[in-house]
Amino acid sequence: MALLEVKDLEVYYGVIQALKGISFEVNKGEIVTLIGANGAGKTTTMQSIMGLIPAKAGSVTYNGQDITKMPGHKIVHLGMTQVPEGRHVFQELTVYENLIMGAYTQKDQKQVKRDIEEIYTRFPRLGERKNQIAGTLSGGEQQMLAMGRAMMCHPDLLMLDEPSMGLSPLLVDQVFDIIKDYHKQGTTILLVEQNAGKSLAVSDRAYVLENGRIVLSGTGEELLKSDEVKKAYLGG
Amino acid sequence: MDILTTLINGLSQGGVYAMIAIGYTMVYGIAKMLNFAHGDIIMVGGYTLLIFLNMTGNPLIAIAAAIVLCIVLGVVIEKVAYKPLRGASPLAVLITAIGVSYLLQSIAQITQGSNAKMVTFGDMGVLKFGELVIQTKTVVTLISTIVIMVALSIFIKYSKTGRAMIATSEDRAATQLMGINVNKIITITFAIGSALAALAGFFSLLETPQISSTFGAMPGIKAFTAAVIGGIGSIPGAMFGGILLGLIECFTAKVPAIAPYTGAIEFGILIIILLVKPSGILGKKRREKV
Repeated sequence: MALLEVKDLEVYYGVIQALKGISFEVNKGEIVTLIGANGAGKTTTMQSIMGLIPAKAGSVTYNGQDITKMPGHKIVHLGMTQVPEGRHVFQELTVYENLIMGAYTQKDQKQVKRDIEEIYTRFPRLGERKNQIAGTLSGGEQQMLAMGRAMMCHPDLLMLDEPSMGLSPLLVDQVFDIIKDYHKQGTTILLVEQNAGKSLAVSDRAYVLENGRIVLSGTGEELLKSDEVKKAYLGG
Repeated sequence: MDILTTLINGLSQGGVYAMIAIGYTMVYGIAKMLNFAHGDIIMVGGYTLLIFLNMTGNPLIAIAAAIVLCIVLGVVIEKVAYKPLRGASPLAVLITAIGVSYLLQSIAQITQGSNAKMVTFGDMGVLKFGELVIQTKTVVTLISTIVIMVALSIFIKYSKTGRAMIATSEDRAATQLMGINVNKIITITFAIGSALAALAGFFSLLETPQISSTFGAMPGIKAFTAAVIGGIGSIPGAMFGGILLGLIECFTAKVPAIAPYTGAIEFGILIIILLVKPSGILGKKRREKV
Protein backbone atom coordinates (compact mmCIF):
# COMPACT_ATOMS: atom_id res chain seq x y z
CA MET A 1 0.00 0.00 0.00
CA ALA A 2 1.21 3.47 -0.83
CA LEU A 3 2.16 5.69 2.12
CA LEU A 4 0.75 8.73 0.35
CA GLU A 5 -1.79 8.49 -2.39
CA VAL A 6 -3.05 11.50 -4.31
CA LYS A 7 -6.03 10.82 -6.55
CA ASP A 8 -7.57 13.15 -9.16
CA LEU A 9 -6.68 16.20 -7.06
CA GLU A 10 -8.16 19.46 -8.30
CA VAL A 11 -7.40 22.86 -6.78
CA TYR A 12 -8.72 26.27 -7.76
CA TYR A 13 -7.54 29.78 -6.94
CA GLY A 14 -10.81 31.61 -7.40
CA VAL A 15 -11.89 30.66 -10.91
CA ILE A 16 -8.43 29.67 -12.05
CA GLN A 17 -7.79 25.95 -11.95
CA ALA A 18 -4.27 25.32 -10.69
CA LEU A 19 -4.44 21.51 -10.49
CA LYS A 20 -6.44 19.72 -13.15
CA GLY A 21 -6.82 16.31 -11.56
CA ILE A 22 -3.44 14.90 -10.65
CA SER A 23 -2.77 11.43 -9.32
CA PHE A 24 0.44 10.00 -7.93
CA GLU A 25 1.68 7.95 -5.05
CA VAL A 26 4.64 7.72 -2.73
CA ASN A 27 5.56 4.32 -1.32
CA LYS A 28 7.20 3.80 2.04
CA GLY A 29 10.97 4.22 1.82
CA GLU A 30 10.99 5.97 -1.54
CA ILE A 31 12.32 9.31 -2.70
CA VAL A 32 9.78 10.69 -5.14
CA THR A 33 10.21 13.94 -7.02
CA LEU A 34 7.78 16.24 -8.74
CA ILE A 35 9.54 18.34 -11.33
CA GLY A 36 8.08 21.09 -13.41
CA ALA A 37 8.50 24.69 -14.45
CA ASN A 38 7.39 27.71 -12.48
CA GLY A 39 3.61 27.79 -12.22
CA ALA A 40 3.18 24.11 -13.10
CA GLY A 41 1.43 23.52 -9.75
CA LYS A 42 4.17 21.91 -7.69
CA THR A 43 3.84 24.10 -4.62
CA THR A 44 0.04 24.04 -4.91
CA THR A 45 0.20 20.25 -4.83
CA MET A 46 2.36 20.29 -1.70
CA GLN A 47 0.18 22.84 0.09
CA SER A 48 -2.99 21.03 -0.84
CA ILE A 49 -1.65 17.72 0.49
CA MET A 50 -0.78 19.47 3.76
CA GLY A 51 -4.27 20.94 4.05
CA LEU A 52 -3.07 24.52 3.65
CA ILE A 53 -5.12 25.03 0.47
CA PRO A 54 -8.48 23.26 0.15
CA ALA A 55 -8.98 20.73 -2.64
CA LYS A 56 -12.03 21.12 -4.81
CA ALA A 57 -12.12 17.51 -5.92
CA GLY A 58 -10.11 14.35 -5.52
CA SER A 59 -8.59 12.79 -2.47
CA VAL A 60 -5.38 12.54 -0.49
CA THR A 61 -4.79 9.37 1.52
CA TYR A 62 -2.00 8.96 4.04
CA ASN A 63 -1.32 5.54 5.54
CA GLY A 64 -4.79 4.44 4.44
CA GLN A 65 -6.47 7.42 6.11
CA ASP A 66 -8.34 10.05 4.10
CA ILE A 67 -6.73 13.41 4.93
CA THR A 68 -8.24 15.48 2.11
CA LYS A 69 -10.24 17.72 4.44
CA MET A 70 -8.00 17.46 7.48
CA PRO A 71 -6.48 20.72 8.80
CA GLY A 72 -2.71 20.99 8.41
CA HIS A 73 -1.81 20.86 12.09
CA LYS A 74 -3.60 17.51 12.49
CA ILE A 75 -1.82 16.06 9.48
CA VAL A 76 1.51 16.85 11.16
CA HIS A 77 0.42 14.73 14.13
CA LEU A 78 0.00 11.78 11.75
CA GLY A 79 3.71 11.85 11.01
CA MET A 80 4.10 13.94 7.91
CA THR A 81 5.45 17.43 7.51
CA GLN A 82 6.86 19.83 5.01
CA VAL A 83 9.78 22.18 4.55
CA PRO A 84 7.97 24.97 2.74
CA GLU A 85 9.23 26.84 -0.27
CA GLY A 86 11.26 29.84 0.84
CA ARG A 87 12.19 28.09 4.12
CA HIS A 88 9.80 30.04 6.36
CA VAL A 89 11.90 29.83 9.49
CA PHE A 90 10.52 31.98 12.29
CA GLN A 91 12.56 35.12 11.75
CA GLU A 92 11.99 36.60 15.19
CA LEU A 93 12.80 33.42 17.12
CA THR A 94 16.29 32.14 17.81
CA VAL A 95 17.73 29.06 16.12
CA TYR A 96 17.10 27.08 19.30
CA GLU A 97 13.52 28.32 19.61
CA ASN A 98 12.85 27.42 15.97
CA LEU A 99 13.96 23.86 16.66
CA ILE A 100 11.80 23.73 19.79
CA MET A 101 8.83 24.82 17.68
CA GLY A 102 9.56 21.94 15.34
CA ALA A 103 9.22 19.57 18.28
CA TYR A 104 5.79 20.93 19.24
CA THR A 105 4.14 17.54 18.74
CA GLN A 106 6.78 15.69 20.77
CA LYS A 107 6.07 14.69 24.36
CA ASP A 108 9.47 13.34 25.43
CA GLN A 109 11.51 16.41 26.38
CA LYS A 110 14.73 14.41 26.87
CA GLN A 111 14.41 13.09 23.33
CA VAL A 112 13.87 16.67 22.11
CA LYS A 113 17.14 17.70 23.79
CA ARG A 114 18.95 14.80 22.14
CA ASP A 115 17.42 15.66 18.75
CA ILE A 116 18.58 19.26 19.06
CA GLU A 117 22.11 18.15 19.96
CA GLU A 118 22.07 15.85 16.94
CA ILE A 119 21.06 18.73 14.68
CA TYR A 120 23.86 20.88 16.12
CA THR A 121 26.30 18.06 15.33
CA ARG A 122 24.95 17.67 11.82
CA PHE A 123 24.88 21.43 11.20
CA PRO A 124 27.71 22.91 13.30
CA ARG A 125 26.84 26.39 12.01
CA LEU A 126 23.45 26.15 13.72
CA GLY A 127 25.09 25.03 16.94
CA GLU A 128 27.40 28.04 16.86
CA ARG A 129 24.42 30.31 16.31
CA LYS A 130 21.84 28.66 18.53
CA ASN A 131 20.97 31.88 20.35
CA GLN A 132 21.00 34.02 17.25
CA ILE A 133 17.73 35.35 15.78
CA ALA A 134 16.92 33.19 12.74
CA GLY A 135 16.21 36.23 10.57
CA THR A 136 19.91 37.13 10.71
CA LEU A 137 21.09 33.78 9.29
CA SER A 138 22.24 33.40 5.70
CA GLY A 139 19.96 31.73 3.16
CA GLY A 140 21.88 28.46 3.38
CA GLU A 141 21.80 28.44 7.16
CA GLN A 142 18.07 29.14 7.10
CA GLN A 143 17.55 26.19 4.75
CA MET A 144 19.51 23.95 7.12
CA LEU A 145 17.45 25.27 10.02
CA ALA A 146 14.18 24.65 8.15
CA MET A 147 15.27 21.09 7.36
CA GLY A 148 16.44 20.46 10.92
CA ARG A 149 13.24 21.94 12.32
CA ALA A 150 11.09 19.67 10.16
CA MET A 151 12.98 16.60 11.38
CA MET A 152 12.30 17.54 15.02
CA CYS A 153 8.82 15.99 14.74
CA HIS A 154 10.24 12.65 13.50
CA PRO A 155 8.20 12.53 10.30
CA ASP A 156 7.68 9.29 8.41
CA LEU A 157 7.09 11.34 5.29
CA LEU A 158 9.02 14.54 4.72
CA MET A 159 8.01 16.84 1.89
CA LEU A 160 10.55 19.38 0.68
CA ASP A 161 9.47 22.25 -1.54
CA GLU A 162 12.35 23.65 -3.61
CA PRO A 163 15.01 23.12 -0.95
CA SER A 164 17.81 24.15 -3.31
CA MET A 165 16.22 27.41 -4.39
CA GLY A 166 18.53 30.41 -4.22
CA LEU A 167 21.50 28.47 -2.85
CA SER A 168 25.07 28.33 -4.14
CA PRO A 169 26.11 25.11 -5.95
CA LEU A 170 28.12 24.00 -2.93
CA LEU A 171 25.12 24.38 -0.64
CA VAL A 172 22.84 22.69 -3.17
CA ASP A 173 25.09 19.63 -3.00
CA GLN A 174 24.94 19.77 0.77
CA VAL A 175 21.13 19.95 0.73
CA PHE A 176 20.94 16.85 -1.47
CA ASP A 177 23.41 15.05 0.81
CA ILE A 178 21.12 15.77 3.75
CA ILE A 179 18.10 14.52 1.84
CA LYS A 180 19.93 11.26 1.08
CA ASP A 181 20.94 11.07 4.72
CA TYR A 182 17.39 11.50 6.01
CA HIS A 183 16.28 8.88 3.50
CA LYS A 184 18.88 6.42 4.76
CA GLN A 185 17.52 6.91 8.28
CA GLY A 186 14.18 5.61 7.04
CA THR A 187 12.32 8.81 6.15
CA THR A 188 10.21 8.68 3.01
CA ILE A 189 10.77 11.78 0.90
CA LEU A 190 8.56 13.71 -1.48
CA LEU A 191 10.61 16.35 -3.23
CA VAL A 192 9.55 19.26 -5.40
CA GLU A 193 12.35 20.74 -7.44
CA GLN A 194 13.24 22.93 -10.36
CA ASN A 195 16.73 21.49 -10.26
CA ALA A 196 15.66 18.46 -12.27
CA GLY A 197 19.11 16.97 -12.81
CA LYS A 198 20.08 16.72 -9.16
CA SER A 199 16.68 15.67 -7.94
CA LEU A 200 16.13 12.95 -10.56
CA ALA A 201 19.56 11.55 -9.73
CA VAL A 202 18.55 10.86 -6.12
CA SER A 203 14.95 9.82 -6.86
CA ASP A 204 13.47 6.35 -7.02
CA ARG A 205 10.60 7.68 -9.08
CA ALA A 206 9.51 11.00 -10.45
CA TYR A 207 6.57 12.79 -12.02
CA VAL A 208 6.65 15.70 -14.45
CA LEU A 209 4.04 18.34 -13.83
CA GLU A 210 2.93 20.73 -16.56
CA ASN A 211 0.09 23.26 -16.30
CA GLY A 212 -1.57 21.39 -13.46
CA ARG A 213 -1.34 17.94 -15.04
CA ILE A 214 1.08 15.07 -14.73
CA VAL A 215 2.46 14.54 -18.21
CA LEU A 216 5.19 12.02 -17.58
CA SER A 217 6.30 9.60 -14.92
CA GLY A 218 8.94 6.96 -14.43
CA THR A 219 11.99 6.07 -12.42
CA GLY A 220 14.51 8.83 -11.82
CA GLU A 221 16.90 7.20 -14.23
CA GLU A 222 14.30 6.83 -17.00
CA LEU A 223 13.33 10.46 -16.77
CA LEU A 224 16.95 11.62 -16.74
CA LYS A 225 17.37 9.85 -20.08
CA SER A 226 14.05 10.94 -21.54
CA ASP A 227 14.36 13.37 -24.44
CA GLU A 228 11.37 15.42 -23.34
CA VAL A 229 12.81 15.95 -19.89
CA LYS A 230 16.25 16.68 -21.27
CA LYS A 231 14.84 19.28 -23.60
CA ALA A 232 12.53 21.00 -21.15
CA TYR A 233 14.35 20.77 -17.83
CA LEU A 234 17.97 19.80 -18.31
CA GLY A 235 18.97 22.39 -20.90
CA GLY A 236 19.10 20.15 -23.98
CA MET B 1 8.42 65.75 45.61
CA ASP B 2 5.49 66.88 43.53
CA ILE B 3 7.29 65.69 40.41
CA LEU B 4 7.85 62.28 41.98
CA THR B 5 4.15 61.98 42.86
CA THR B 6 3.19 62.92 39.31
CA LEU B 7 5.71 60.42 37.97
CA ILE B 8 4.20 57.61 40.05
CA ASN B 9 0.67 58.62 39.05
CA GLY B 10 1.74 58.70 35.42
CA LEU B 11 3.41 55.30 35.55
CA SER B 12 0.35 53.84 37.25
CA GLN B 13 -2.06 55.32 34.70
CA GLY B 14 0.33 54.27 31.94
CA GLY B 15 0.39 50.73 33.29
CA VAL B 16 -3.38 50.53 32.89
CA TYR B 17 -3.17 51.85 29.32
CA ALA B 18 -0.39 49.38 28.64
CA MET B 19 -2.52 46.45 29.79
CA ILE B 20 -5.29 47.45 27.40
CA ALA B 21 -2.81 48.18 24.62
CA ILE B 22 -1.30 44.70 25.03
CA GLY B 23 -4.73 43.23 24.27
CA TYR B 24 -5.01 45.32 21.11
CA THR B 25 -1.53 44.57 19.95
CA MET B 26 -1.61 40.80 20.64
CA VAL B 27 -4.87 40.38 18.77
CA TYR B 28 -3.53 42.48 15.91
CA GLY B 29 -0.29 40.54 15.76
CA ILE B 30 -1.84 37.09 15.93
CA ALA B 31 -5.31 37.41 14.39
CA LYS B 32 -4.26 40.28 12.07
CA MET B 33 -7.25 42.41 12.98
CA LEU B 34 -8.04 45.54 14.97
CA ASN B 35 -10.51 44.53 17.64
CA PHE B 36 -12.31 47.81 18.21
CA ALA B 37 -14.65 46.09 20.65
CA HIS B 38 -11.68 45.62 22.99
CA GLY B 39 -12.47 48.82 24.93
CA ASP B 40 -16.03 47.66 25.51
CA ILE B 41 -14.80 44.45 27.11
CA ILE B 42 -13.37 46.76 29.78
CA MET B 43 -16.85 48.23 30.25
CA VAL B 44 -18.45 44.79 30.54
CA GLY B 45 -15.77 43.90 33.08
CA GLY B 46 -16.59 47.08 35.00
CA TYR B 47 -20.32 46.32 35.18
CA THR B 48 -19.58 42.74 36.20
CA LEU B 49 -17.46 44.11 39.02
CA LEU B 50 -20.29 46.40 40.10
CA ILE B 51 -22.91 43.64 40.02
CA PHE B 52 -20.81 41.10 41.89
CA LEU B 53 -19.59 43.68 44.37
CA ASN B 54 -23.21 44.54 45.22
CA MET B 55 -24.08 40.86 45.40
CA THR B 56 -21.18 39.53 47.47
CA GLY B 57 -19.46 42.60 48.90
CA ASN B 58 -16.18 40.88 48.21
CA PRO B 59 -13.92 42.73 45.73
CA LEU B 60 -11.80 39.63 45.03
CA ILE B 61 -14.83 37.57 44.03
CA ALA B 62 -15.99 40.49 41.89
CA ILE B 63 -12.60 40.72 40.14
CA ALA B 64 -12.53 36.97 39.52
CA ALA B 65 -16.07 37.08 38.11
CA ALA B 66 -15.15 40.00 35.83
CA ILE B 67 -12.08 38.17 34.52
CA VAL B 68 -14.01 34.96 33.85
CA LEU B 69 -16.92 36.72 32.16
CA CYS B 70 -14.62 38.87 30.00
CA ILE B 71 -12.64 35.81 28.90
CA VAL B 72 -15.84 34.01 27.92
CA LEU B 73 -17.13 37.11 26.16
CA GLY B 74 -13.88 37.69 24.27
CA VAL B 75 -13.69 34.08 23.12
CA VAL B 76 -17.37 34.00 22.11
CA ILE B 77 -17.04 37.26 20.14
CA GLU B 78 -14.04 35.83 18.31
CA LYS B 79 -15.85 32.58 17.47
CA VAL B 80 -19.16 34.15 16.45
CA ALA B 81 -18.17 37.46 14.85
CA TYR B 82 -14.55 37.26 13.70
CA LYS B 83 -13.73 33.65 12.91
CA PRO B 84 -16.24 33.36 10.06
CA LEU B 85 -14.51 36.37 8.49
CA ARG B 86 -11.03 34.91 8.53
CA GLY B 87 -9.69 35.50 5.06
CA ALA B 88 -12.28 38.20 4.33
CA SER B 89 -11.21 41.76 3.51
CA PRO B 90 -9.75 43.64 6.50
CA LEU B 91 -12.41 46.30 6.04
CA ALA B 92 -15.21 43.77 6.63
CA VAL B 93 -13.53 42.62 9.84
CA LEU B 94 -12.98 46.20 10.99
CA ILE B 95 -16.62 47.13 10.45
CA THR B 96 -17.72 43.98 12.25
CA ALA B 97 -15.52 44.93 15.20
CA ILE B 98 -17.07 48.40 15.33
CA GLY B 99 -20.50 46.75 15.16
CA VAL B 100 -19.65 44.48 18.09
CA SER B 101 -18.49 47.54 20.01
CA TYR B 102 -21.84 49.33 19.56
CA LEU B 103 -23.71 46.11 20.30
CA LEU B 104 -21.98 45.77 23.68
CA GLN B 105 -22.56 49.43 24.51
CA SER B 106 -26.24 49.16 23.62
CA ILE B 107 -26.74 45.99 25.66
CA ALA B 108 -25.11 47.74 28.62
CA GLN B 109 -27.35 50.77 28.19
CA ILE B 110 -30.49 48.66 27.97
CA THR B 111 -29.70 46.44 30.94
CA GLN B 112 -27.86 48.90 33.18
CA GLY B 113 -29.49 52.19 32.24
CA SER B 114 -27.88 55.22 30.68
CA ASN B 115 -26.93 57.00 33.89
CA ALA B 116 -23.47 56.59 35.31
CA LYS B 117 -23.21 54.41 38.41
CA MET B 118 -20.74 54.56 41.25
CA VAL B 119 -18.45 51.64 41.96
CA THR B 120 -16.55 52.05 45.21
CA PHE B 121 -14.07 49.63 46.66
CA GLY B 122 -13.62 51.53 49.90
CA ASP B 123 -10.91 54.05 50.72
CA MET B 124 -7.46 52.52 50.72
CA GLY B 125 -5.88 55.59 52.27
CA VAL B 126 -2.47 57.05 51.50
CA LEU B 127 1.11 55.94 51.84
CA LYS B 128 3.75 58.31 53.21
CA PHE B 129 7.43 58.05 52.41
CA GLY B 130 8.95 61.04 54.20
CA GLU B 131 7.54 64.03 52.36
CA LEU B 132 6.19 61.90 49.55
CA VAL B 133 2.49 61.16 49.85
CA ILE B 134 0.87 58.77 47.38
CA GLN B 135 -2.53 57.16 47.24
CA THR B 136 -2.33 53.48 48.17
CA LYS B 137 -4.52 52.53 45.19
CA THR B 138 -2.01 54.14 42.83
CA VAL B 139 0.80 52.03 44.25
CA VAL B 140 -1.37 48.91 44.11
CA THR B 141 -2.15 49.61 40.45
CA LEU B 142 1.48 50.31 39.61
CA ILE B 143 2.84 47.18 41.28
CA SER B 144 0.06 44.97 39.88
CA THR B 145 0.57 46.18 36.31
CA ILE B 146 4.32 45.63 36.59
CA VAL B 147 3.83 42.10 37.91
CA ILE B 148 1.27 41.30 35.19
CA MET B 149 3.48 42.63 32.39
CA VAL B 150 6.57 40.77 33.61
CA ALA B 151 4.56 37.55 33.99
CA LEU B 152 3.09 37.93 30.51
CA SER B 153 6.51 38.61 28.97
CA ILE B 154 7.92 35.48 30.60
CA PHE B 155 4.92 33.44 29.46
CA ILE B 156 5.30 34.61 25.84
CA LYS B 157 9.04 34.09 25.72
CA TYR B 158 9.41 30.78 27.52
CA SER B 159 6.17 28.80 27.40
CA LYS B 160 5.26 26.48 24.55
CA THR B 161 2.00 28.35 23.98
CA GLY B 162 3.73 31.74 24.17
CA ARG B 163 6.26 30.77 21.52
CA ALA B 164 3.45 29.38 19.40
CA MET B 165 1.85 32.83 19.65
CA ILE B 166 4.98 34.53 18.34
CA ALA B 167 5.18 31.93 15.57
CA THR B 168 1.53 32.44 14.63
CA SER B 169 1.92 36.21 14.48
CA GLU B 170 4.85 35.80 12.14
CA ASP B 171 3.86 33.00 9.81
CA ARG B 172 0.53 31.22 10.13
CA ALA B 173 1.17 28.54 7.49
CA ALA B 174 4.59 27.60 8.84
CA THR B 175 3.12 27.46 12.35
CA GLN B 176 0.56 24.90 11.17
CA LEU B 177 3.40 22.84 9.74
CA MET B 178 4.74 22.50 13.30
CA GLY B 179 1.48 20.75 14.23
CA ILE B 180 0.11 23.82 16.01
CA ASN B 181 -3.61 24.53 15.89
CA VAL B 182 -3.59 28.17 14.90
CA ASN B 183 -7.29 28.65 15.72
CA LYS B 184 -6.62 27.53 19.27
CA ILE B 185 -3.74 30.01 19.57
CA ILE B 186 -6.03 32.81 18.35
CA THR B 187 -8.64 31.80 20.95
CA ILE B 188 -6.01 31.88 23.70
CA THR B 189 -4.92 35.32 22.52
CA PHE B 190 -8.44 36.67 22.79
CA ALA B 191 -8.77 35.08 26.23
CA ILE B 192 -5.57 36.72 27.51
CA GLY B 193 -6.47 40.09 25.99
CA SER B 194 -9.92 39.98 27.57
CA ALA B 195 -8.58 39.00 30.98
CA LEU B 196 -6.22 41.98 30.83
CA ALA B 197 -9.15 44.20 29.81
CA ALA B 198 -11.13 43.04 32.86
CA LEU B 199 -8.19 43.89 35.13
CA ALA B 200 -7.77 47.24 33.41
CA GLY B 201 -11.45 47.87 34.11
CA PHE B 202 -10.86 47.23 37.78
CA PHE B 203 -7.83 49.52 38.00
CA SER B 204 -9.67 52.27 36.10
CA LEU B 205 -12.59 52.07 38.53
CA LEU B 206 -10.19 52.18 41.44
CA GLU B 207 -8.97 55.52 40.11
CA THR B 208 -12.30 56.94 38.88
CA PRO B 209 -15.18 55.04 40.52
CA GLN B 210 -17.83 55.77 37.94
CA ILE B 211 -19.16 53.57 35.16
CA SER B 212 -21.46 54.04 32.17
CA SER B 213 -21.92 52.25 28.86
CA THR B 214 -19.13 54.30 27.25
CA PHE B 215 -16.73 53.60 30.11
CA GLY B 216 -14.36 51.64 27.87
CA ALA B 217 -14.45 53.92 24.84
CA MET B 218 -11.83 56.51 25.84
CA PRO B 219 -9.35 54.10 27.50
CA GLY B 220 -9.83 51.90 24.43
CA ILE B 221 -8.92 54.68 22.02
CA LYS B 222 -6.02 55.82 24.22
CA ALA B 223 -4.69 52.29 24.45
CA PHE B 224 -5.06 51.82 20.71
CA THR B 225 -3.07 55.04 20.24
CA ALA B 226 -0.47 53.68 22.67
CA ALA B 227 -0.25 50.42 20.73
CA VAL B 228 0.27 52.25 17.43
CA ILE B 229 2.83 54.64 18.93
CA GLY B 230 4.78 51.71 20.38
CA GLY B 231 4.42 49.69 17.18
CA ILE B 232 1.27 47.66 16.70
CA GLY B 233 1.95 43.94 16.99
CA SER B 234 4.80 44.48 19.44
CA ILE B 235 4.14 43.71 23.12
CA PRO B 236 7.10 45.76 24.45
CA GLY B 237 5.86 48.50 22.13
CA ALA B 238 2.40 48.43 23.71
CA MET B 239 3.94 48.63 27.20
CA PHE B 240 6.15 51.51 26.15
CA GLY B 241 3.35 53.37 24.36
CA GLY B 242 0.95 52.93 27.26
CA ILE B 243 3.39 54.18 29.86
CA LEU B 244 4.37 57.10 27.60
CA LEU B 245 0.72 58.17 27.29
CA GLY B 246 0.14 57.81 31.04
CA LEU B 247 3.14 60.01 31.80
CA ILE B 248 2.13 62.63 29.24
CA GLU B 249 -1.36 62.71 30.68
CA CYS B 250 -0.29 63.18 34.28
CA PHE B 251 2.47 65.70 33.56
CA THR B 252 0.44 67.90 31.20
CA ALA B 253 -2.37 67.93 33.76
CA LYS B 254 0.05 69.61 36.18
CA VAL B 255 0.69 72.58 33.90
CA PRO B 256 -2.45 74.74 33.81
CA ALA B 257 -1.55 76.37 30.49
CA ILE B 258 -1.49 73.09 28.55
CA ALA B 259 -3.73 70.90 30.71
CA PRO B 260 -6.80 71.37 28.48
CA TYR B 261 -4.79 70.13 25.48
CA THR B 262 -3.75 66.75 26.94
CA GLY B 263 -5.77 64.80 24.37
CA ALA B 264 -4.54 67.00 21.54
CA ILE B 265 -0.94 66.38 22.59
CA GLU B 266 -1.40 62.61 22.83
CA PHE B 267 -3.11 62.25 19.47
CA GLY B 268 -0.69 64.79 18.00
CA ILE B 269 2.17 62.47 18.96
CA LEU B 270 0.29 59.65 17.23
CA ILE B 271 0.10 61.68 14.03
CA ILE B 272 3.79 62.57 14.20
CA ILE B 273 4.76 58.92 14.78
CA LEU B 274 2.58 57.82 11.87
CA LEU B 275 4.29 60.39 9.65
CA VAL B 276 7.86 59.77 10.78
CA LYS B 277 7.90 56.07 11.69
CA PRO B 278 4.65 54.38 10.67
CA SER B 279 5.74 51.04 12.12
CA GLY B 280 5.85 52.66 15.59
CA ILE B 281 8.74 53.30 17.95
CA LEU B 282 9.49 49.66 18.77
CA GLY B 283 7.71 48.16 15.77
CA LYS B 284 9.60 46.16 13.22
CA LYS B 285 9.32 46.86 9.59
CA ARG B 286 8.07 43.60 8.18
CA ARG B 287 9.70 42.44 5.04
CA GLU B 288 7.24 42.04 2.23
CA LYS B 289 6.71 38.37 1.55
CA VAL B 290 7.00 37.27 -2.04
